[in-house]
Amino acid sequence: MAAADTAGTSFSDAVSGSYDSDAQDLPPGVGPWKLAWRRLRRNKVALFFGFIFVLLVVVCLLAPVYAHDIAHTSPNAEAGLTATVKVGGKVKPVVNSIGIPIGPTWHAKYFFGADINGRDTAVRLLYGGRNSLEIGAVATIITMVLATFFGVLAGFYRGWWDAVITRFADVIWAYPAVLLGITLGTVFATGGIGPIHGTFLLAPAIVVGIVYIPYVLKPVRAQVLQLREREFIDAARQQGLSSTQIMFRELLPNISSTIVVFMPLILANAILLEAGLSYLGAGVQPPNPSWGTMIAEGLQPLPAAFSNVLVPGFMLVIAVMSVNIFGDGVRDALDPRAKVRIAR
Amino acid sequence: MIRFIVRRIVAAFFVMIAVTIITFLLLAATGNQAARLAGKNATQQQIHQIAAQYGLDKPIYVQYVKTMKNIFTGKAYSYTQNINVLQEVKHDYPATLSLAFGAGIIWLGLSVLFGTLAAVYAGRTTDRVLTILSMAGVSFPPFFLGAIFLYFLGYKLGWFPLGGYVGLSDPWQWFKHLVLPWITLSILFIGFYSRVLRSTILDNTNEDYVRTAHAKGLTDGQVLRRHTLRNSMIPIISLWGLDMGQLLGGAAILTDSVFNLQGVGQLAATAIANLDVITIMVIVILTAFAVVLLSAIVDILYAVLDPRIRLA
Amino acid sequence: MSEPAARSNGDAPLLTVDGLKVSFATEDGVVRAVDGVSFTVDPGEVVAIVGESGSGKSVTAMTLMGLTRGPNARFEGTATFDGIELVGASNAQLQRIRGPGIAMVFQDPMSSLDPVYRVGAQIVEQIRAHENVSKAQAMDRAVEMMERVGIPRAKQRLRSYPHEFSGGMRQRVMIAMALSCSPKLLLADEPTTALDVTIQAQILQEMRDLRQQTGAGVILVTHDLGVVADIADRVIVMYSGRVVEQGTLDDIFYNPQHPYTWGLLGSIPRIDDNRAEKLPAIPGLPPSVLRAPKGCHFRPRCPHAFDKCVEVPELERRQPDVPTSRDRCWLSVPDKKRLRVVGERIGLETTETVGA
Repeated sequence: MAAADTAGTSFSDAVSGSYDSDAQDLPPGVGPWKLAWRRLRRNKVALFFGFIFVLLVVVCLLAPVYAHDIAHTSPNAEAGLTATVKVGGKVKPVVNSIGIPIGPTWHAKYFFGADINGRDTAVRLLYGGRNSLEIGAVATIITMVLATFFGVLAGFYRGWWDAVITRFADVIWAYPAVLLGITLGTVFATGGIGPIHGTFLLAPAIVVGIVYIPYVLKPVRAQVLQLREREFIDAARQQGLSSTQIMFRELLPNISSTIVVFMPLILANAILLEAGLSYLGAGVQPPNPSWGTMIAEGLQPLPAAFSNVLVPGFMLVIAVMSVNIFGDGVRDALDPRAKVRIAR
Repeated sequence: MIRFIVRRIVAAFFVMIAVTIITFLLLAATGNQAARLAGKNATQQQIHQIAAQYGLDKPIYVQYVKTMKNIFTGKAYSYTQNINVLQEVKHDYPATLSLAFGAGIIWLGLSVLFGTLAAVYAGRTTDRVLTILSMAGVSFPPFFLGAIFLYFLGYKLGWFPLGGYVGLSDPWQWFKHLVLPWITLSILFIGFYSRVLRSTILDNTNEDYVRTAHAKGLTDGQVLRRHTLRNSMIPIISLWGLDMGQLLGGAAILTDSVFNLQGVGQLAATAIANLDVITIMVIVILTAFAVVLLSAIVDILYAVLDPRIRLA
Repeated sequence: MSEPAARSNGDAPLLTVDGLKVSFATEDGVVRAVDGVSFTVDPGEVVAIVGESGSGKSVTAMTLMGLTRGPNARFEGTATFDGIELVGASNAQLQRIRGPGIAMVFQDPMSSLDPVYRVGAQIVEQIRAHENVSKAQAMDRAVEMMERVGIPRAKQRLRSYPHEFSGGMRQRVMIAMALSCSPKLLLADEPTTALDVTIQAQILQEMRDLRQQTGAGVILVTHDLGVVADIADRVIVMYSGRVVEQGTLDDIFYNPQHPYTWGLLGSIPRIDDNRAEKLPAIPGLPPSVLRAPKGCHFRPRCPHAFDKCVEVPELERRQPDVPTSRDRCWLSVPDKKRLRVVGERIGLETTETVGA
């Protein structure tokens, strides 16, 4: 996604067309969600990558349960410069005399080797994944909740609400994602605002969550602006439903497919942006690992021990790619225009 | 047309002011800047001296106005390095310009090719392979991809230099230093753009005017080139303009950093790491300016590409 | 299938469609859009295909142009135009036919022209796709064509974009474009549906004049019997993918054989009608394209259906004294004559009525 390096002005456009489900196209008796699920079930590639992602999440989240029993070390335990490890009957130093750490041993201990501080890369990878995925998930929730809330508010009430919210979104929008991210991240890391401080692990989640709000807010608002002119909203109003009831009971279900389509997209980008921020030192703060910080640390002794860049890097790519491919499948499944047309 | 331009400039001005105010407030929130500038072992008196010297003891709005005034009169001196930030941006700009335009041309060309191929062969193997490749492309963070290129193609094989930027006065070295950054930055966008183009083409394939074009007896290639693709390029061009705007404003921070290109992006990263307020403000203004300028150009292009749109 | 309908002259027909079937595989099942359609068109003749939406009339027309081809489409039967079999024709063959052989005017003039090109360029593109003429020559021809279809100040309007035209003018551009390569057969798919009634009449007049001037055959696809009465020589009535009745204009309007045709005729409002307050509608809905009823497709909606109707009747000549008429209805001819009179005019006996 372009957003990893610029604001990726773009990705809302990629899906903006896909959520206007024309109900009249559907055969009677089958709801749009059921139909979408039926289509998704046929998309084996998307399901496969969805499974991969779930597997990654489980493996990383459960790291505290099993990692110690296998590798006998914790993510932040430094082995010390004299530590050794037995590989294939030979005793080798974890970090050699010129500071180059050991590469992958393919044994329970130091499976993926060690980093320059002699910490077990595989264990840090799992804990780092935990942090990266948690931050990505929390950031996505922040983005989706705030963007939906303010988007619905702006679209439904229009007038002043709309003007203020849209201007705010425009200002965030004019800021490239990475630039805004590192500014906010650095501010949190050095000074902190209120209770949010650099050592607070979810600080990057708040940063990333804020950055992506306009990308979801704009399409949600646009859709609500369209929906509020439709007959069923008038009907609801004439039945005496309050504005809150209309927003929750009538509007929200109608924009839910938009929200579902955006969720994986935002998740993938949130994980990427967190990695970028951590790489630049404005995300997760040491000694806590995340895939981004691990890549950054692995790059320090370049050209040696490149495995410390490749291992977290590919983990990150696999996670993001599986979310992207699964999300693409979800988008296809929810897009009624994927249907075969009788007349071209 | 003139009204359109005036309105654009006014809007740009307000966005820029808002962006600078927010940045300034955010940076002010990081705490006592004077203390940080004075260093770790500074006495209370030294801190006061520094605060007075940079005007940091004044109310925040006075500081803001003064900072903006300095920037627009060309007297923007960095607190930490004591050098003119505008000179620095000017020095770093060729690298940013080279990176943005080189990558922009590569990704636009290749994504049109891949997007069209995927749409023409929709549902078939070519499409599936291109889809997976696009998804992989958008999933690689540039700093990781850049590191892989540098390690294997630069360090191991020695085909490319290990980062840095060489000016256009030595075109061959300029090119050699930029090839990997161009590819790295392009891969991000190619995946995304080709997906957008593919779905736009598929949408437009169902349009009535495409059916008309077929009914006229044009070949499939003619219909694709003259009608489907021509209409599908409109959103792509606008995406391209907006992304170029950000890149020209120094948004390629990650690519800049990993290749040590010393462009505006890297300047921004360093400035933020040092909380160098003036430099950050200059770059933020530059970015807002570039984004607004490019989006105005995009709007004009839009009107050229799509005659239904009139600038008003 | 059935024997070709008798023709007014002895020449070979321009177009012969025989047993045409078109089906599409969709994710909800197979849609049998056209289920055995046969008819002919002679040079200079206007054949109207009438039916509700979903009856397969547009798919029939577009299939003749090869515009319904796609990975999910299946075709059976033949359509022979000018010695070339269209259903199995190669893309290259079709491309040569589209334009100078068969040209098409579509329903919605608003969306049928490419929004990003000037109308002149679009007509020129049509001409130059088939004739090796210079741009300037093609431009002159475009002006000539536009003038012929009644576009004022054609020379200036050539440089306008489609959105700068009204709907009626755009349809004229479409017609000018379709006629610019002097086609032998013009397919007009609901050419006036999207237009105002006054514009409609003008466009029909243009088409009538053009047929006289060029001698081209015309297939007019429409659901509007008023338009049919205005311009058609022969009429084909389609229902749910099948031809239920065909005949001359007089056969259909004064001696209709199929209950569905009676229903169509009965639902035309008439100025001379005394019962103006009530306008009968055909009861029920057209069958789903996915699950058509067994036997005669009209059976579920037909008040005269009887046990024989679960078998599909062939489209054949059933009145010995009317050589031009064919229909698919099991009722005997005397029964039909009796049952089709409702009140004092032709209609379908009905319990449902809608306010006029």
